[in-house]
Amino acid sequence: MLKEKKPTLQSLHKRESNLAKGKAQLEYLSNGIFANGELPTFAQKIKESDDFPLRPNSLEILQINLGYMCNQVCAHCHVDAGPDRKEIMTIETMEQCLEVIKNTSAHTLDLTGGAPEMNPNFRWFVEEASKAGIKDFIVRSNLTIIRANKKNYDLPEFFKQHNVHVVSSMPHWTRGKTDKQRGSGVFDQSIKALQELNAVGYGMPESNLKLDLVYNPSGAFLPGDQKSMEQDFKKALLEDFGIHFHELFAITNLPISRFLDYLIASDNYEDYMYQLVEAYNQAAVKNVMCRNTLSVSWDGFLYDCDFNQMLELKVASKTQHISEYNESLLQNRNIIISQHCYGCTAGAGSSCQGAVTN
Amino acid sequence: MASKNYYDPADLRKFGNITEWSKELGEKFFEYYNSVFQEGALTAREKSLIALAVAHTEMCPYCIDAYSKDGLQRGITKEEMMEAVHVGAAIKSGASLVHGVQMMNKINKLEM
Repeated sequence: MLKEKKPTLQSLHKRESNLAKGKAQLEYLSNGIFANGELPTFAQKIKESDDFPLRPNSLEILQINLGYMCNQVCAHCHVDAGPDRKEIMTIETMEQCLEVIKNTSAHTLDLTGGAPEMNPNFRWFVEEASKAGIKDFIVRSNLTIIRANKKNYDLPEFFKQHNVHVVSSMPHWTRGKTDKQRGSGVFDQSIKALQELNAVGYGMPESNLKLDLVYNPSGAFLPGDQKSMEQDFKKALLEDFGIHFHELFAITNLPISRFLDYLIASDNYEDYMYQLVEAYNQAAVKNVMCRNTLSVSWDGFLYDCDFNQMLELKVASKTQHISEYNESLLQNRNIIISQHCYGCTAGAGSSCQGAVTN
Repeated sequence: MASKNYYDPADLRKFGNITEWSKELGEKFFEYYNSVFQEGALTAREKSLIALAVAHTEMCPYCIDAYSKDGLQRGITKEEMMEAVHVGAAIKSGASLVHGVQMMNKINKLEM
Protein backbone atom coordinates (compact mmCIF):
# COMPACT_ATOMS: atom_id res chain seq x y z
CA MET A 1 0.00 0.00 0.00
CA LEU A 2 1.24 3.45 -0.81
CA LYS A 3 2.12 5.50 2.20
CA GLU A 4 0.19 8.76 2.35
CA LYS A 5 2.62 11.66 2.16
CA LYS A 6 2.31 14.15 4.99
CA PRO A 7 1.75 17.66 3.56
CA THR A 8 4.75 19.93 4.07
CA LEU A 9 4.02 23.17 5.88
CA GLN A 10 4.51 26.21 3.69
CA SER A 11 5.25 29.77 4.73
CA LEU A 12 2.37 32.23 4.98
CA HIS A 13 4.02 34.11 2.11
CA LYS A 14 3.94 31.06 -0.12
CA ARG A 15 0.33 30.41 0.82
CA GLU A 16 -0.42 34.08 0.04
CA SER A 17 -2.12 34.32 3.42
CA ASN A 18 -3.39 37.73 4.46
CA LEU A 19 -1.44 37.28 7.70
CA ALA A 20 1.82 37.29 5.73
CA LYS A 21 1.54 41.07 5.82
CA GLY A 22 2.57 42.97 8.93
CA LYS A 23 -0.27 45.43 8.53
CA ALA A 24 -2.93 42.69 8.59
CA GLN A 25 -1.38 41.19 11.74
CA LEU A 26 -1.30 44.57 13.47
CA GLU A 27 -4.93 45.19 12.59
CA TYR A 28 -5.90 41.82 14.05
CA LEU A 29 -3.97 42.59 17.24
CA SER A 30 -5.70 45.95 17.63
CA ASN A 31 -9.27 44.77 17.02
CA GLY A 32 -11.54 42.45 19.01
CA ILE A 33 -10.77 42.18 22.72
CA PHE A 34 -8.40 45.17 22.59
CA ALA A 35 -10.81 47.43 20.66
CA ASN A 36 -13.88 46.64 22.80
CA GLY A 37 -12.06 47.37 26.06
CA GLU A 38 -12.06 43.79 27.40
CA LEU A 39 -8.26 43.99 27.64
CA PRO A 40 -6.04 47.08 27.90
CA THR A 41 -3.79 47.81 24.94
CA PHE A 42 -0.06 47.57 25.63
CA ALA A 43 0.22 51.36 25.47
CA GLN A 44 -2.53 51.75 28.09
CA LYS A 45 -0.83 49.16 30.29
CA ILE A 46 2.60 50.77 30.31
CA LYS A 47 1.08 54.22 30.82
CA GLU A 48 -0.05 52.97 34.25
CA SER A 49 3.60 52.87 35.33
CA ASP A 50 4.79 55.92 33.34
CA ASP A 51 6.77 53.73 30.94
CA PHE A 52 5.11 55.30 27.89
CA PRO A 53 6.64 56.15 25.49
CA LEU A 54 9.09 53.29 25.70
CA ARG A 55 12.63 54.59 25.24
CA PRO A 56 15.96 52.84 24.61
CA ASN A 57 18.65 52.41 27.26
CA SER A 58 22.24 52.10 26.08
CA LEU A 59 22.75 49.85 23.05
CA GLU A 60 24.15 46.44 23.94
CA ILE A 61 23.07 44.06 21.17
CA LEU A 62 23.16 44.45 17.41
CA GLN A 63 21.04 41.68 15.89
CA ILE A 64 21.44 41.09 12.16
CA ASN A 65 19.06 38.94 10.13
CA LEU A 66 20.98 37.36 7.23
CA GLY A 67 17.84 36.18 5.45
CA TYR A 68 14.52 34.42 5.81
CA MET A 69 15.57 31.26 3.98
CA CYS A 70 15.57 28.18 6.22
CA ASN A 71 15.77 24.41 5.78
CA GLN A 72 13.00 24.01 8.37
CA VAL A 73 9.38 25.20 8.46
CA CYS A 74 8.59 25.43 12.17
CA ALA A 75 4.92 25.75 13.04
CA HIS A 76 5.49 28.67 15.43
CA CYS A 77 8.06 30.63 13.39
CA HIS A 78 7.64 34.39 13.85
CA VAL A 79 9.90 35.02 10.84
CA ASP A 80 7.67 32.92 8.55
CA ALA A 81 10.95 31.38 7.37
CA GLY A 82 11.32 28.35 5.13
CA PRO A 83 12.92 26.97 1.98
CA ASP A 84 10.50 29.01 -0.12
CA ARG A 85 11.72 32.35 1.27
CA LYS A 86 14.30 33.94 -1.02
CA GLU A 87 15.09 37.12 0.95
CA ILE A 88 18.84 36.96 1.59
CA MET A 89 21.26 39.71 2.69
CA THR A 90 23.55 40.78 -0.15
CA ILE A 91 27.30 41.23 0.20
CA GLU A 92 26.83 45.01 -0.23
CA THR A 93 24.51 45.17 2.79
CA MET A 94 26.91 42.93 4.71
CA GLU A 95 29.71 45.41 3.99
CA GLN A 96 27.53 48.22 5.34
CA CYS A 97 26.87 46.12 8.46
CA LEU A 98 30.61 45.51 8.91
CA GLU A 99 31.27 49.27 8.95
CA VAL A 100 28.73 49.59 11.77
CA ILE A 101 30.08 46.56 13.66
CA LYS A 102 33.56 48.14 13.70
CA ASN A 103 32.25 51.31 15.34
CA THR A 104 29.25 50.29 17.45
CA SER A 105 29.18 50.55 21.23
CA ALA A 106 27.21 47.27 21.35
CA HIS A 107 29.08 44.43 23.09
CA THR A 108 27.05 41.64 21.46
CA LEU A 109 26.62 40.77 17.79
CA ASP A 110 23.74 38.38 17.17
CA LEU A 111 23.33 36.73 13.74
CA THR A 112 19.96 35.23 12.99
CA GLY A 113 17.65 34.19 10.14
CA GLY A 114 16.03 31.88 8.82
CA ALA A 115 19.07 29.73 8.94
CA PRO A 116 21.88 32.31 8.74
CA GLU A 117 24.23 29.58 7.48
CA MET A 118 22.16 29.37 4.26
CA ASN A 119 23.35 32.80 3.18
CA PRO A 120 26.08 32.02 0.60
CA ASN A 121 28.34 34.69 2.14
CA PHE A 122 27.76 33.58 5.73
CA ARG A 123 31.31 32.30 6.36
CA TRP A 124 32.95 35.35 4.83
CA PHE A 125 30.76 37.60 6.96
CA VAL A 126 31.55 35.69 10.18
CA GLU A 127 35.29 35.84 9.39
CA GLU A 128 35.15 39.59 8.78
CA ALA A 129 32.85 40.36 11.70
CA SER A 130 34.95 38.35 14.16
CA LYS A 131 37.93 40.62 13.34
CA ALA A 132 36.05 43.54 14.92
CA GLY A 133 36.64 41.86 18.31
CA ILE A 134 33.08 42.12 19.60
CA LYS A 135 32.88 40.60 23.08
CA ASP A 136 30.00 38.18 22.49
CA PHE A 137 29.45 36.93 18.93
CA ILE A 138 26.26 34.87 18.68
CA VAL A 139 25.09 32.73 15.78
CA ARG A 140 21.53 31.38 16.09
CA SER A 141 21.83 27.96 14.51
CA ASN A 142 18.82 25.68 14.09
CA LEU A 143 21.18 22.64 14.50
CA THR A 144 19.74 20.59 11.61
CA ILE A 145 21.55 22.88 9.13
CA ILE A 146 24.81 21.36 10.39
CA ARG A 147 23.55 17.95 9.24
CA ALA A 148 21.60 19.11 6.15
CA ASN A 149 24.51 19.10 3.72
CA LYS A 150 28.03 17.65 3.69
CA LYS A 151 29.51 21.10 3.15
CA ASN A 152 28.11 22.10 6.55
CA TYR A 153 29.60 19.19 8.50
CA ASP A 154 32.59 21.32 9.53
CA LEU A 155 30.43 24.15 10.94
CA PRO A 156 31.17 23.20 14.59
CA GLU A 157 34.90 23.53 13.82
CA PHE A 158 34.29 26.80 11.92
CA PHE A 159 32.31 28.23 14.85
CA LYS A 160 35.12 27.22 17.18
CA GLN A 161 37.79 28.91 15.05
CA HIS A 162 35.94 32.20 15.30
CA ASN A 163 34.93 31.80 18.94
CA VAL A 164 31.27 32.00 18.01
CA HIS A 165 28.68 31.64 20.76
CA VAL A 166 26.12 29.11 19.45
CA VAL A 167 22.47 29.51 20.44
CA SER A 168 20.14 26.78 19.20
CA SER A 169 16.46 25.95 19.39
CA MET A 170 15.31 22.82 21.17
CA PRO A 171 11.64 22.85 22.15
CA HIS A 172 11.74 19.66 24.19
CA TRP A 173 13.92 16.75 25.17
CA THR A 174 11.45 14.31 23.66
CA ARG A 175 11.26 13.43 19.97
CA GLY A 176 7.46 13.77 19.69
CA LYS A 177 7.19 17.33 20.98
CA THR A 178 10.22 18.55 19.03
CA ASP A 179 9.15 17.05 15.71
CA LYS A 180 5.59 18.31 16.08
CA GLN A 181 6.81 21.88 16.34
CA ARG A 182 9.86 21.81 14.08
CA GLY A 183 9.16 19.06 11.56
CA SER A 184 9.58 15.31 11.20
CA GLY A 185 13.11 14.06 11.85
CA VAL A 186 14.31 17.36 13.37
CA PHE A 187 14.84 15.85 16.82
CA ASP A 188 17.24 13.12 15.70
CA GLN A 189 19.25 15.50 13.51
CA SER A 190 19.37 18.10 16.30
CA ILE A 191 20.66 15.50 18.77
CA LYS A 192 23.43 14.50 16.32
CA ALA A 193 24.35 18.15 15.76
CA LEU A 194 24.52 18.79 19.51
CA GLN A 195 26.78 15.75 19.94
CA GLU A 196 29.05 17.10 17.20
CA LEU A 197 29.18 20.52 18.86
CA ASN A 198 30.04 18.81 22.16
CA ALA A 199 32.77 16.82 20.39
CA VAL A 200 34.68 20.01 19.50
CA GLY A 201 34.18 21.39 23.01
CA TYR A 202 30.94 23.38 22.72
CA GLY A 203 28.71 23.33 25.79
CA MET A 204 31.06 21.22 27.89
CA PRO A 205 31.33 22.09 31.58
CA GLU A 206 34.17 24.62 32.08
CA SER A 207 34.45 25.18 28.30
CA ASN A 208 34.64 28.73 27.00
CA LEU A 209 32.87 27.63 23.82
CA LYS A 210 29.35 28.70 24.72
CA LEU A 211 26.42 26.56 23.65
CA ASP A 212 23.00 27.69 24.85
CA LEU A 213 19.60 26.27 23.98
CA VAL A 214 16.34 28.09 23.33
CA TYR A 215 13.07 26.64 24.53
CA ASN A 216 9.78 27.80 22.98
CA PRO A 217 6.52 26.27 24.20
CA SER A 218 5.07 24.01 21.53
CA GLY A 219 1.54 25.39 21.75
CA ALA A 220 -0.73 28.06 23.19
CA PHE A 221 0.83 28.25 26.64
CA LEU A 222 3.59 30.22 28.32
CA PRO A 223 7.04 28.90 29.23
CA GLY A 224 7.57 27.66 32.76
CA ASP A 225 10.33 28.75 35.10
CA GLN A 226 13.56 29.02 33.09
CA LYS A 227 15.83 27.54 35.78
CA SER A 228 13.58 24.52 36.41
CA MET A 229 13.26 23.88 32.69
CA GLU A 230 17.03 24.11 32.34
CA GLN A 231 17.50 21.46 35.05
CA ASP A 232 14.98 19.15 33.35
CA PHE A 233 16.63 19.62 29.93
CA LYS A 234 20.13 19.07 31.32
CA LYS A 235 19.15 15.90 33.14
CA ALA A 236 17.23 14.38 30.20
CA LEU A 237 19.73 15.29 27.46
CA LEU A 238 22.66 14.03 29.52
CA GLU A 239 21.01 10.77 30.60
CA ASP A 240 19.50 9.93 27.22
CA PHE A 241 22.15 11.23 24.80
CA GLY A 242 25.23 12.28 26.80
CA ILE A 243 24.71 15.90 25.70
CA HIS A 244 26.00 18.93 27.60
CA PHE A 245 25.00 22.57 27.14
CA HIS A 246 25.38 25.75 29.18
CA GLU A 247 22.19 27.76 29.59
CA LEU A 248 18.57 27.36 28.55
CA PHE A 249 16.70 30.47 27.39
CA ALA A 250 12.93 30.15 27.83
CA ILE A 251 11.26 32.32 25.22
CA THR A 252 7.57 33.18 24.99
CA ASN A 253 5.97 32.78 21.57
CA LEU A 254 4.79 36.19 20.40
CA PRO A 255 1.38 36.36 18.75
CA ILE A 256 2.60 37.27 15.28
CA SER A 257 3.12 35.55 11.93
CA ARG A 258 2.77 31.74 11.87
CA PHE A 259 2.14 31.54 15.61
CA LEU A 260 -0.69 34.10 15.29
CA ASP A 261 -2.06 32.09 12.37
CA TYR A 262 -1.97 28.96 14.55
CA LEU A 263 -3.64 30.75 17.50
CA ILE A 264 -6.50 31.94 15.32
CA ALA A 265 -6.94 28.63 13.46
CA SER A 266 -6.97 26.62 16.71
CA ASP A 267 -9.35 29.06 18.46
CA ASN A 268 -6.73 29.83 21.11
CA TYR A 269 -6.13 33.49 20.25
CA GLU A 270 -8.29 35.14 22.92
CA ASP A 271 -7.24 32.79 25.71
CA TYR A 272 -3.59 33.30 24.80
CA MET A 273 -3.91 37.08 24.83
CA TYR A 274 -5.65 36.87 28.22
CA GLN A 275 -2.77 34.73 29.50
CA LEU A 276 -0.21 37.27 28.28
CA VAL A 277 -2.06 40.24 29.77
CA GLU A 278 -2.73 38.47 33.07
CA ALA A 279 0.95 37.52 33.34
CA TYR A 280 2.06 41.12 32.63
CA ASN A 281 5.07 41.93 34.81
CA GLN A 282 5.95 45.58 35.14
CA ALA A 283 9.50 44.69 36.23
CA ALA A 284 10.07 43.07 32.82
CA VAL A 285 9.29 46.36 31.05
CA LYS A 286 12.48 47.84 32.53
CA ASN A 287 14.62 45.19 30.81
CA VAL A 288 12.65 44.44 27.68
CA MET A 289 15.08 43.72 24.82
CA CYS A 290 14.05 46.56 22.48
CA ARG A 291 15.63 48.90 25.06
CA ASN A 292 19.14 47.50 24.48
CA THR A 293 18.90 45.96 20.99
CA LEU A 294 18.70 47.07 17.38
CA SER A 295 17.52 44.68 14.71
CA VAL A 296 18.78 44.84 11.12
CA SER A 297 16.81 43.13 8.35
CA TRP A 298 18.23 41.24 5.34
CA ASP A 299 17.77 44.39 3.24
CA GLY A 300 19.48 46.64 5.77
CA PHE A 301 16.53 48.37 7.44
CA LEU A 302 16.53 49.04 11.17
CA TYR A 303 13.93 47.91 13.70
CA ASP A 304 13.40 48.02 17.47
CA CYS A 305 13.41 44.21 17.59
CA ASP A 306 13.14 41.11 15.42
CA PHE A 307 9.36 41.02 15.97
CA ASN A 308 8.85 44.59 14.77
CA GLN A 309 10.97 43.66 11.75
CA MET A 310 8.50 40.92 10.86
CA LEU A 311 5.61 43.33 11.37
CA GLU A 312 7.37 45.78 9.01
CA LEU A 313 7.56 48.48 11.70
CA LYS A 314 10.79 50.37 10.97
CA VAL A 315 12.39 52.43 13.75
CA ALA A 316 10.79 55.80 14.41
CA SER A 317 13.93 57.73 13.50
CA LYS A 318 15.28 59.86 10.67
CA THR A 319 17.86 57.14 10.13
CA GLN A 320 16.15 53.90 9.13
CA HIS A 321 18.83 52.09 7.13
CA ILE A 322 22.20 50.56 8.03
CA SER A 323 23.84 52.67 5.27
CA GLU A 324 22.96 55.84 7.21
CA TYR A 325 23.45 54.36 10.69
CA ASN A 326 23.77 56.97 13.40
CA GLU A 327 23.84 55.48 16.87
CA SER A 328 23.25 58.65 18.86
CA LEU A 329 20.32 59.61 16.65
CA LEU A 330 18.86 56.13 16.94
CA GLN A 331 19.18 56.17 20.72
CA ASN A 332 16.95 59.22 20.75
CA ARG A 333 13.83 57.49 19.45
CA ASN A 334 10.53 56.19 20.77
CA ILE A 335 10.13 52.43 20.51
CA ILE A 336 7.14 51.30 18.44
CA ILE A 337 4.75 49.09 20.38
CA SER A 338 1.59 47.08 19.85
CA GLN A 339 -0.23 44.24 21.58
CA HIS A 340 2.42 41.67 20.55
CA CYS A 341 4.73 43.39 23.08
CA TYR A 342 2.81 41.66 25.89
CA GLY A 343 4.77 38.55 24.87
CA CYS A 344 8.00 40.14 26.13
CA THR A 345 6.54 41.28 29.48
CA ALA A 346 4.71 38.12 30.57
CA GLY A 347 5.91 36.32 33.70
CA ALA A 348 9.68 36.55 34.03
CA GLY A 349 9.75 38.44 30.72
CA SER A 350 11.12 37.16 27.44
CA SER A 351 13.86 38.19 25.04
CA CYS A 352 16.24 36.54 22.58
CA GLN A 353 18.42 36.00 25.69
CA GLY A 354 15.56 34.38 27.61
CA ALA A 355 13.94 35.69 30.80
CA VAL A 356 14.66 39.32 31.69
CA THR A 357 13.92 39.21 35.42
CA ASN A 358 15.06 36.85 38.16
CA MET B 1 -25.97 38.27 32.01
CA ALA B 2 -26.31 34.73 33.24
CA SER B 3 -24.98 32.03 30.95
CA LYS B 4 -27.31 29.31 29.66
CA ASN B 5 -24.62 26.75 30.44
CA TYR B 6 -23.62 25.56 33.88
CA TYR B 7 -19.95 25.73 32.89
CA ASP B 8 -18.40 28.52 30.80
CA PRO B 9 -14.60 28.40 30.16
CA ALA B 10 -14.49 32.20 30.43
CA ASP B 11 -15.66 31.92 34.08
CA LEU B 12 -12.27 30.52 35.08
CA ARG B 13 -10.74 33.95 34.40
CA LYS B 14 -13.29 35.42 36.84
CA PHE B 15 -12.36 33.09 39.71
CA GLY B 16 -10.70 35.98 41.55
CA ASN B 17 -14.02 37.84 41.58
CA ILE B 18 -15.28 35.65 44.45
CA THR B 19 -13.47 38.07 46.77
CA GLU B 20 -15.95 40.79 45.76
CA TRP B 21 -18.73 39.29 47.87
CA SER B 22 -16.57 38.12 50.73
CA LYS B 23 -13.26 39.94 50.68
CA GLU B 24 -11.62 38.53 53.79
CA LEU B 25 -12.49 34.88 53.22
CA GLY B 26 -11.76 35.08 49.49
CA GLU B 27 -8.36 36.63 50.05
CA LYS B 28 -7.52 34.13 52.78
CA PHE B 29 -8.42 31.30 50.40
CA PHE B 30 -6.22 32.62 47.58
CA GLU B 31 -3.33 33.26 49.93
CA TYR B 32 -3.62 29.68 51.22
CA TYR B 33 -4.00 28.33 47.69
CA ASN B 34 -0.90 30.14 46.44
CA SER B 35 1.13 28.99 49.45
CA VAL B 36 0.12 25.37 48.90
CA PHE B 37 1.57 25.36 45.38
CA GLN B 38 4.97 26.81 46.33
CA GLU B 39 8.02 24.54 46.29
CA GLY B 40 8.17 22.70 49.61
CA ALA B 41 8.84 19.13 50.67
CA LEU B 42 7.19 18.37 47.32
CA THR B 43 8.29 20.11 44.14
CA ALA B 44 5.90 22.44 42.32
CA ARG B 45 5.99 19.90 39.48
CA GLU B 46 4.81 17.07 41.75
CA LYS B 47 2.08 19.29 43.15
CA SER B 48 0.90 20.12 39.64
CA LEU B 49 0.47 16.41 38.87
CA ILE B 50 -1.42 15.80 42.14
CA ALA B 51 -3.69 18.75 41.31
CA LEU B 52 -4.34 17.32 37.86
CA ALA B 53 -5.27 13.91 39.28
CA VAL B 54 -7.61 15.46 41.87
CA ALA B 55 -9.10 17.74 39.20
CA HIS B 56 -10.22 14.57 37.43
CA THR B 57 -11.58 12.77 40.47
CA GLU B 58 -13.47 15.95 41.39
CA MET B 59 -14.54 16.19 37.73
CA CYS B 60 -13.85 19.92 37.78
CA PRO B 61 -13.59 21.20 34.18
CA TYR B 62 -12.01 24.48 35.28
CA CYS B 63 -9.31 22.64 37.23
CA ILE B 64 -8.68 20.23 34.35
CA ASP B 65 -8.16 23.16 31.94
CA ALA B 66 -5.93 24.96 34.43
CA TYR B 67 -3.69 22.02 35.36
CA SER B 68 -3.41 20.61 31.84
CA LYS B 69 -1.97 23.97 30.81
CA ASP B 70 0.11 24.20 33.99
CA GLY B 71 1.63 20.79 33.21
CA LEU B 72 2.52 21.82 29.65
CA GLN B 73 4.15 25.00 30.95
CA ARG B 74 6.28 22.96 33.31
CA GLY B 75 7.37 20.61 30.51
CA ILE B 76 5.47 17.68 32.03
CA THR B 77 4.85 15.10 29.31
CA LYS B 78 1.46 13.79 28.19
CA GLU B 79 2.45 10.32 29.41
CA GLU B 80 3.20 11.64 32.90
CA MET B 81 -0.09 13.55 32.98
CA MET B 82 -2.14 10.54 31.84
CA GLU B 83 -0.46 8.33 34.45
CA ALA B 84 -1.41 10.87 37.11
CA VAL B 85 -5.03 10.74 35.89
CA HIS B 86 -4.93 6.94 36.18
CA VAL B 87 -3.69 7.22 39.76
CA GLY B 88 -6.73 9.39 40.53
CA ALA B 89 -9.04 7.02 38.66
CA ALA B 90 -7.58 3.96 40.43
CA ILE B 91 -8.18 5.49 43.85
CA LYS B 92 -11.66 6.58 42.82
CA SER B 93 -12.60 3.11 41.53
CA GLY B 94 -10.83 1.46 44.45
CA ALA B 95 -12.84 3.62 46.80
CA SER B 96 -16.02 2.30 45.19
CA LEU B 97 -14.91 -1.29 45.10
CA VAL B 98 -13.61 -1.43 48.67
CA HIS B 99 -17.24 -0.79 49.71
CA GLY B 100 -17.90 -4.18 48.19
CA VAL B 101 -16.49 -5.58 51.44
CA GLN B 102 -19.19 -3.71 53.34
CA MET B 103 -21.77 -5.26 51.01
CA MET B 104 -20.28 -8.70 51.59
CA ASN B 105 -20.26 -8.16 55.36
CA LYS B 106 -23.89 -7.08 55.33
CA ILE B 107 -25.04 -9.95 53.13
CA ASN B 108 -23.07 -12.48 55.15
CA LYS B 109 -24.68 -11.15 58.30
CA LEU B 110 -28.19 -11.22 56.86
CA GLU B 111 -28.06 -14.56 55.11
CA MET B 112 -28.60 -17.76 56.97
